[in-house]
Amino acid sequence: MEKFTQINGLVVPLDRANVDTDAIIPKQFLKSIKRSGFGPNAFDEWRYLDHGEPGMDNSTRPVNPEFVLNQPRYQGAQVLLTRENFGCGSSREHAPWALEDYGFRVIIAPSFADIFFNNCFKNGLLPIKLDVDTVDALFKAEAVTANFKLAIDLEAQTITLPEGTVYPFIVDAFRKHCLLNGLDDIGLTLQHMDEISAFEAKHRAAQPWL
Amino acid sequence: MSAQTLYDKLWNSHVVRQDADGTALIYVDRQLVHEVTSPQAFEGLRLAKRRPWRIASLLAVPDHNVPTTNRAAGITDPVSRIQVETLDANCAEFGITEFKMGDIRQGVVHVMGPEQGATLPGMTVVCGDSHTSTHGAFGALAHGIGTSEVEHVMATQCLVAKKSKSMEVRVEGVLGHGVTAKDIALAVIGLIGTAGGTGYAIEFTGSTVRGLSMEGRMTLCNMVIEAGARAGMIAADDTTFAYLKGRPFAPQGAMWEQAVASWRNLHSDEGAVFDTTLQLDAAQIKPQVTWGTSPEMVVSVDGCVPDPASMGQDKREGAERALVYMDLKANTPITEIKIDKVFIGSCTNGRIEDMRAAAAVARGKKVAANVMQALVVPGSGLVKLQAEQEGLDKIFIEAGFEWRDPGCSMCLAMNDDKLAAGERCASTSNRNFEGRQGQGGRTHLVSPEMAAAAAIAGHFVDVSKI
Ligand code: SF4
Repeated sequence: MEKFTQINGLVVPLDRANVDTDAIIPKQFLKSIKRSGFGPNAFDEWRYLDHGEPGMDNSTRPVNPEFVLNQPRYQGAQVLLTRENFGCGSSREHAPWALEDYGFRVIIAPSFADIFFNNCFKNGLLPIKLDVDTVDALFKAEAVTANFKLAIDLEAQTITLPEGTVYPFIVDAFRKHCLLNGLDDIGLTLQHMDEISAFEAKHRAAQPWL
Repeated sequence: MSAQTLYDKLWNSHVVRQDADGTALIYVDRQLVHEVTSPQAFEGLRLAKRRPWRIASLLAVPDHNVPTTNRAAGITDPVSRIQVETLDANCAEFGITEFKMGDIRQGVVHVMGPEQGATLPGMTVVCGDSHTSTHGAFGALAHGIGTSEVEHVMATQCLVAKKSKSMEVRVEGVLGHGVTAKDIALAVIGLIGTAGGTGYAIEFTGSTVRGLSMEGRMTLCNMVIEAGARAGMIAADDTTFAYLKGRPFAPQGAMWEQAVASWRNLHSDEGAVFDTTLQLDAAQIKPQVTWGTSPEMVVSVDGCVPDPASMGQDKREGAERALVYMDLKANTPITEIKIDKVFIGSCTNGRIEDMRAAAAVARGKKVAANVMQALVVPGSGLVKLQAEQEGLDKIFIEAGFEWRDPGCSMCLAMNDDKLAAGERCASTSNRNFEGRQGQGGRTHLVSPEMAAAAAIAGHFVDVSKI
């Protein structure tokens, strides 16, 4: 997993609430057995005018010029700014894979769906919950600022606006540690192998039918 | 010891270790595996040269991509075929029990698991699928996980988790005629919204819930994820034990008695405190129909499509967009909405009871002329077999329904069963998101009774009146 320390990333505003994982990566792309290469199909139904299928050459498909990700000024964005309950619906981890593969490193919203939120951390994406008013302020600031970038520092847990305003954010200490060090969850857990074995022996002795 | 909720008991009995900030390693008793969310996990294991920690805890089945007709011909879509073949190969390589496509025990993972007794009270159950909450109906702690977590559980038998808050949804009283567990689920989601349960584990309690069959309880727990909750659960009781007794993976003989004795403790103690409690009066719940593109956009069948103009700012825009997508006008009576297709099946409503309920409505009737296709897709091969032994297949076929092989089918349209753009479907599944049943397709979520009645009438009808 890629380490996350700090970025100064261009922000793209996706002004919608309840963006579900079907919208982030439509189900036909779930048929892949790989975990990379989903970026060109992130938000496929909103991004292209035709119907996308796996295996298509996405570079030749008609793009929807209205969709915010397609606008020239947002090319190369690393920060997705959006509204409530982002990532709701299906637990497909292809959603964070697609967002990460697209190039996003940070998603800012007032709230996230649980599974999606957890899945982000496991894939080097940092989801940041800010209160509704702050998110609103960011949308407003973005709207009036060309090339609006946010400096996001995970170690310091701060977001800095171009004009210098600093917002702190909260992040779970364990998740932060893993993200900062690019640590693999499994390796971390296996450090506790003896404890797991001891628990298992006790647990199964008490419930031998398991 | 102070009074504990069912969730407290299930959580506490599975904590391997817990950090000061509450992050815990939770031991997992059962992991169910399907073809869509597992290939990358197996790939990860291989890349890291790891083996599954406890092979016997894994049980696999292909369901999302399998065809529901002409199985002898195999899977024609190459991409679907590769996923299913990859699951077969991975299970063979790692020695994992799998019910393959041709096996009578194959079915939708959340129908198959309980049916095999692979889901037991007191267990922690995970699967790379959000509707894993279904298994909580057995007094188990069950929830969906992402593919990285699938790999993590395979490699370590543990899940990194933090305890959720607890919500009690208490339903008391007697359900009216034609009102089902599905209607309770939709009514709850309508009440609290699709994010209302976010951060909570929901326990359903009350006389109505105790009175439900295991099938009904599974339907109820299945849909908690649509309210944002990862886990739903119901206390284990005699109904639970009667359902499980004698199933292949359930303990037998003296071990069974020992297990039941321990399972009797799987309920919230008198005086246990929940973070939130919601009360519903069963008698007030009517058959539900969703009108929009989120399960919370739901009304009673005797109601009308709501008017976005009457909604608060926060809901209006979404409702307007949903009405455009659904091609519905505000204030249209629900019973005037005509449908093009019907889908009866899925892990929400693909069990034998659902088949029986739909067949009872369809018996001796004919699917309306304006309904182009009415699919009945049993949740598993064993559900199909039992339904056929009861003659339900004949009732459906004579009425003009198609009787299919088991799988997820039109619940998410990963196989050939899908809606064309603009088609409107009465569906017993759990998600009405844009494009869920096929791009441009329009989904109305209902109970099996309501779906069958809509198939016969060609539009929604109030089954509580028939
Ligand atoms: S039936 Fe539908 S909701 Fe259930 S597991 Fe299959 S696709 Fe998911």
